[in-house]
Amino acid sequence: MRKSKLGLALAMMLVIGGLLGACGTDKGKEKDEGATGSSEVNENAVSVAMVTDTGGVDDKSFNQSAWKGIEEYGKKNGLEKGDGGYDYLQSNDASEYASNLNRLVRRDFDVVYGIGFLLKDAIETIAKENPDAMFGLVDEESDVENVASIMFKEQEGAFLAGAAAALMTKSDKIGFVGGMEIPVIERFHAGFVAGVAAVNPDIKVDVQYTGNFDKAEDGKAAANRMYTSGVDIIFHAAGGTGNGVFSEAKERKAANPDEYIWVIGVDSDQYDEGQVGDHNITLTSMLKRVDLSVMSVAELAEKDEFPGGEITRYGIAEGMIELADSRGAIPQDILDKIDELSKKIVDGEIEVPEDPKQ
Amino acid sequence: MSNRVINLLVPVISIILGLIVGAIVMIFSGYDPVTAYIALWNGIFGDAYAIGETIRQISPYILAGLAVAFAFRAGLFNIGVEGQLIVGWFAAAYVGSAFDLPKIIHLPFALIAAALAGALWGLVPGILKAALRVHEVIVTIMMNYIALHVVNALIKTVSGSYKTEKIHETASLRSEFLSNITDYSTLHYGILVALAMVGVMWFLLDKTKTGYELKSVGFNEHASQYAGMNVNRNIVLSMVISGAFAGLAGSMEALGTFGYLANLGGFTGIGFDGIAVALLGANTPLGVIFGASLFGSLKYGAGNMPNEAGVPTEIVSIIIALIIFFVASGYIIRVILNRVNKKKGAK
Repeated sequence: MRKSKLGLALAMMLVIGGLLGACGTDKGKEKDEGATGSSEVNENAVSVAMVTDTGGVDDKSFNQSAWKGIEEYGKKNGLEKGDGGYDYLQSNDASEYASNLNRLVRRDFDVVYGIGFLLKDAIETIAKENPDAMFGLVDEESDVENVASIMFKEQEGAFLAGAAAALMTKSDKIGFVGGMEIPVIERFHAGFVAGVAAVNPDIKVDVQYTGNFDKAEDGKAAANRMYTSGVDIIFHAAGGTGNGVFSEAKERKAANPDEYIWVIGVDSDQYDEGQVGDHNITLTSMLKRVDLSVMSVAELAEKDEFPGGEITRYGIAEGMIELADSRGAIPQDILDKIDELSKKIVDGEIEVPEDPKQ
Repeated sequence: MSNRVINLLVPVISIILGLIVGAIVMIFSGYDPVTAYIALWNGIFGDAYAIGETIRQISPYILAGLAVAFAFRAGLFNIGVEGQLIVGWFAAAYVGSAFDLPKIIHLPFALIAAALAGALWGLVPGILKAALRVHEVIVTIMMNYIALHVVNALIKTVSGSYKTEKIHETASLRSEFLSNITDYSTLHYGILVALAMVGVMWFLLDKTKTGYELKSVGFNEHASQYAGMNVNRNIVLSMVISGAFAGLAGSMEALGTFGYLANLGGFTGIGFDGIAVALLGANTPLGVIFGASLFGSLKYGAGNMPNEAGVPTEIVSIIIALIIFFVASGYIIRVILNRVNKKKGAK
């Protein structure tokens, strides 16, 4: 009797192990597929690796975009995933930033990126200890000699998003859902409000910060409140929290297909997130081409022109910030007006503020 | 088998079982368990750097575990370690950056500030429990949220940015010596603070009248009351001391690992893991060291599995959870061993 119980317990353990294993299989395969497929080998190519922030590599926005850029650079140059090629490490906790960076440096990657402003301190510490290694820091400025800072003029893209929202709104009420109140997100906020005001100063922008990037339920609650109060277009700059904005809008659209509501996506093209039946509630997305910027820094390193100690600011003019294809959601005459504004920003006629308090 | 052998065997068998089941998971998902476990081992003990980082990771776990264990001995379930840790972290980071003092005053001052902040956060549920019999579990859970958002707001008001200023060198637990012997790891003197607190807890509980009373209240409140002890006073006291330990855990992060506090998007998890650490350690001071070492090493070493063996983070989390799961279910193994023992005895 006792023996059979023990046997049962062991059998259950095996079954559970098998189930868990099965769950994990798909992911592993996906990853392997990503690693295959290469073209000619470039002798000068540098090996590149990145450390994610706590959002993880599949956050559908920032980290994912950076990884896409690294993968693309690697494949273009015939590199393989792993040592001497390209790779990433995911941080589950802020205390892992420094050790993950260090692990990659020890594996002799030529350029190591820290994705996100949160990695600034870690990257500066490790960069000072390894003066011969090259580091890239996205979204934050550093003056350490072997750190290249990659900054974006998010305010420019947000300005265009704001103008688009102001031209499209019917209720003259527009919403902005931000993640944490940090300089990057404040640039989105400032640009968006300025873009709305440039079209119609009377429109009120309802601004709410949720204080996090990974709580979809908070984004959903914020969107619910805004749509209920008459807001018809919401721009989110909140990473995973923003997924809640999409689900709220989709639920409303599914319940009442005639309701006039839109979401403006961020970082990557979030068109797929907005599909609900035959409708799509994604008006457009403000693209931040982290992938291109990461590749461009790697290419500079390849040519021995690594911009260490420099701060590079990418905006509309550099093709790193733009609005995604609206797939017909925005009529042509409005798109023309947005193009006009975009040219004015490039020409310097319009200077978009970085700080919402200005 | 004597009891002593069983006591030793139980954790060993639990860990081995956890590793085996973890290996099965990896085989099914197409990863090589041997390379993965070598990577885990190297991640924990591989070189001086890894050892330094592992010890660094263990320090806050010891203190968080002590906090939970101490309250538990007095019959209270302190789920609020997380919140007490966060306010302690903030207090230490604030004192560390706002004042200019010689090291001999500054460092203890920052540590005491963290302990006091944590104690204050423990005082509220303590008083509510003692005076109004409000259940401490509810209050401490809610105090966690209050801590998280109040501290985030304070960071913004005090520093005007998303993180506090960096602490001055005079308040830092970091040392060049420790850094050098561990190949530039972030190891700091916090581990000594943590071990000292293990001693403090042992002394308090086992060598003082207060400790005797606290334990007595934990065993049976009514009997203690009848015996003339002031139950309410003991409840408040145990929550305050527990909070102080948790606050010190926060100071490890403020004065050692990070040197600042950045806006927190969510809980750190150390406080909640502290519950498991305390229970694994049977709520004894020495047991907490064992629990914290297991948690800290697995947590830090696991980071090397994606790095060296290419196992995805998600699978690593499952494996670590399995190991801890089996260690926590050590009771089952103990029962089995005892039965095997009895059978042999009967024959």
